[in-house]
Amino acid sequence: MRIATSTLQSRRATSLDEALKILSDEPRMPIAGATDVYVGLNFGTLKEKSYLDIWALDELRRISIEGEMLSIGALATYTSIIRSKAVNDRLPMLVAASRLVGGPQIQNRGTIGGNVANASPAGDTLPVLAAVNAVIVLRSASRERRININEFYTGYRVTQRKADELIVAVEIPRVEGKQWFRKVGTRAAQAISKIVVGAVRSSKPAIAFGSVAATVVRVPKTEAALARGASIDEAAKILGDEITPIDDVRSTADYRRRVAMNLLKRFWSETQ
Amino acid sequence: MRFTLNGSSTDVDAHPMARLLDVLREDCGLTGAKEGCGEGECGACTVLVNGDPVCSCIVPFSQVDSAAVVTIEGLGDDHPLQHCFMSEVGAQCGICTPGMIMASLALPDDPTLDEIKVALAGNLCRCTGYSAIYRAIALSSQVARERVDGQVGNRT
Repeated sequence: MRIATSTLQSRRATSLDEALKILSDEPRMPIAGATDVYVGLNFGTLKEKSYLDIWALDELRRISIEGEMLSIGALATYTSIIRSKAVNDRLPMLVAASRLVGGPQIQNRGTIGGNVANASPAGDTLPVLAAVNAVIVLRSASRERRININEFYTGYRVTQRKADELIVAVEIPRVEGKQWFRKVGTRAAQAISKIVVGAVRSSKPAIAFGSVAATVVRVPKTEAALARGASIDEAAKILGDEITPIDDVRSTADYRRRVAMNLLKRFWSETQ
Repeated sequence: MRFTLNGSSTDVDAHPMARLLDVLREDCGLTGAKEGCGEGECGACTVLVNGDPVCSCIVPFSQVDSAAVVTIEGLGDDHPLQHCFMSEVGAQCGICTPGMIMASLALPDDPTLDEIKVALAGNLCRCTGYSAIYRAIALSSQVARERVDGQVGNRT
């Protein structure tokens, strides 16, 4: 049943400093574009009663290239990522992923920081970020720290973010090699992925999958096999053993395993 | 809290976490935006916030503070899109129609079919099979232009 919003308590921050101060005093669930939080509230599955609205923090909307690093503010929406020249130049597979998150209404509201924080194993941008070793920038009132996204998730929907921290940006080092993204869902738009993959073809291939384990995952054994020149069929077999998909409402483990293996082969043939 | 609703400055006293959709329908009496899925998938509740289509069922009211909100009612009753949806039979049961029209307002003039499909990717219709809707939207640019050219009754 839908949660009565009148039972909820929220504070609205107008600057990052104010937001971090509020979080240092008391834990609150940060809320930005609300595209996940309000679905949880509308379906009665989200139990948090206390929120910190950070939507007004324009300082977290910046997308910029700083030296070798592409920096995307946590509140950058999918729409702003799609329109960003910097992202199109440096990380076109993130643009491809952003175009497939919901429809335009969701892309206008959903943010990259929200996708990272929500920690769904099916998050569309997460395999892209994992394949390029994106760095999650966390800030609290007293410190700032950076964590490689491949260490950020410690279990199903569990992250290393502490209660007094906000994700403020995602930093992406320069990517060498050909980028490739593919999402397999029920339909082209508006579907949560059954399988999603982001990959980079280089002498050290980097491949990350969503919806095949409790968190987004890199597949180091498969990557190593391809790096040492194993055949793609052999690599696909290794991938099939390496991932741990489950049966759920959206798909079955068998289907996901087979599609993941096919996607690997597709990646390899399309990035020659 | 103050915001601009369909061009008029409006003051509404509602809970900051109230859903924008509920504030529009219950506090403002504007029932054009519909609740379909309640999870941002169907687009029936689409309104414009500062010109961008959003699903009002998943927008906290506090986030439209000082913003400009436009609902289907804001289009009046003589908008080219409304006429084209009628002439092309782009509506059957009608539940999705306000959202379809609001989402299509983000399109450029004379959109391609691909652009129309992308703009409406977040709007579901279970009656029409979409073709009539795409046709209506494609036609509306032409109708709008004819109005300007002919200087006839362009009241929107």
